Amino acid sequence: MSLFEKRLQDIHTELEKGELTVSDLVNASFERIAQTEDKVKAFISLDEENARARAKQLDEQQSRGEEQGLLFGLPAGIKDNIVTKNVITTCASKLLANYKPVHNATAMDRLHASEAVMIGKLNMDEFAMGGSTENSSFHNTYNPWNLAYVPGGSSGGSAASVAAGQVYFSLGSDTGGSIRQPAAYCGVVGLKPTYGLVSRYGLVAFASSLDQIGPITKNVEDSAYVLQAIATHDPVDSTSADVEIPDYISALTGDIKGLRVGVPKEMMGEGIDPEVREKINAALKVLESLGATVEEVTLPHTEYAVPTYYILAPSEASSNLARYDGVRYGVRADSAENLIDMYHETRSQGLGPEVKRRIMLGTYALSSGYYDAYYRKAQQVRTLIKRDFDQVFAKYDVIIGPTAPTTAFKIGEKVNDPLTMYLEDICTIPVNLAGIPAISVPCGFASNGMPIGMQIAGKSFDEATVLRVAHAFEQNTEHHKARPEL
Amino acid sequence: MSAITRNEVEYVAKLARLNLTEEEAVKYTEQLNSILEFAGKLNELDTADVPPTSHVLNVYNVMRDDIVVPSLSHEDALRNAPDEEDGQFKVPAVIE
Repeated sequence: MSLFEKRLQDIHTELEKGELTVSDLVNASFERIAQTEDKVKAFISLDEENARARAKQLDEQQSRGEEQGLLFGLPAGIKDNIVTKNVITTCASKLLANYKPVHNATAMDRLHASEAVMIGKLNMDEFAMGGSTENSSFHNTYNPWNLAYVPGGSSGGSAASVAAGQVYFSLGSDTGGSIRQPAAYCGVVGLKPTYGLVSRYGLVAFASSLDQIGPITKNVEDSAYVLQAIATHDPVDSTSADVEIPDYISALTGDIKGLRVGVPKEMMGEGIDPEVREKINAALKVLESLGATVEEVTLPHTEYAVPTYYILAPSEASSNLARYDGVRYGVRADSAENLIDMYHETRSQGLGPEVKRRIMLGTYALSSGYYDAYYRKAQQVRTLIKRDFDQVFAKYDVIIGPTAPTTAFKIGEKVNDPLTMYLEDICTIPVNLAGIPAISVPCGFASNGMPIGMQIAGKSFDEATVLRVAHAFEQNTEHHKARPEL
Repeated sequence: MSAITRNEVEYVAKLARLNLTEEEAVKYTEQLNSILEFAGKLNELDTADVPPTSHVLNVYNVMRDDIVVPSLSHEDALRNAPDEEDGQFKVPAVIE
């Protein structure tokens, strides 16, 4: 059995007994990367020297009998939009190809404090804009289940590296589904926490009112451990919520008797692949057999979520990405003779087509004469979408449906049709607009062999219930144990 | 909602500090039209009495005590600059 098949607790027991060292774990990670990376292409950069030095340091700590952190010794991959001190952070953009941050994101400080070991930085859609990781300025990432298919996006590298067993867990970011959708496509577990639970300090901003950092893992238990490590109130992030952090690990009781599950009819109807629907229905039967009650509910404004998102997110992006002008950091176009030309040429040469499209869309939606028609209108519809969830959660504990309407699609299939690509996020986007937590767990495979994900959404800051339901389902099924052959 | 014209796309690109090639201008006009037409669906909803949501949490000012603490050093602030001189960011001429 590979090290990466083992449960976190088993690894920690072996470390304590001296049967295993952190250096063994880190070596195993780099060996697996050497075996598989040519096929998967999950990473933008590896941080081998620092990872091995850190492993040695933790081994020495272990030999002194010091107390272990929650994620002691576990090799981790980090999406390349989470800033890492002295390690290049590109956001998969040519424009930031040389950017070496002078500080860590708070989530990175938390991982360091919990004693995980960063192996490298993972590929993504440029500035987290996209649903397939085909918008990286550097290279595509390939789905470990079938290399002709996309891994999803924008955290495609984060999902593919965990599915391929290259790292024990990874961090991704989720603005409209960018943790859950690639997790579903790659057959792993992806959790988007409640907005504000995990600090956004050091997460390169795309759409500030939606972005959240979260874990991608092979199973729900690991997801609870990583969330426990990174969730915190952060005084340097004005959007960080000052709430008590519960014990997510002890919440995994396996008991969901009497739990009330709402299944939105809007997420199970037209547009959802019949094979996906069939697997979700089968998963709901498992939950019923465990004592949950399952009922159809309605989120009547679901059909307005994608157009709302594609006004709000690009509007925020157009503002956030104004900072990339070649003055303070990043790659500067050197042919300009004056300042304005330098701005234009730096941005035109450095940014990719999807990013330019969204910047222009957002600039238009925020411009004089169109603000009320687009931006304000979308914010009002966001209120209606949030109210839909509030009404359902008044009666139900969780909301369950597919994570994505289809399984992963083939590379190149949708890349020239942005609107079709955007509709792949129809099940995940409403969750971001409402700011609530949601997890994607594997719930089966389609006839073409590609994984299917089930999304479990909960009330704000009720990750404990979301994880409990996901864990109970996982403990009574085998889907999460399947591994791709590479 | 009205369609976006090629001239408007070029104007928006200018506001966003982007140069467009002829090919890009044509492609983005078509794609932005299609996305904005899709966004036009929001007009089906009467939102006259609906307050906008700009933030899902209760918004409040985050203030700290007014105490001087260390910030990013001068050296760190300049470390990623494409060009610098005498401790300042250096850019091409602003006034010709």
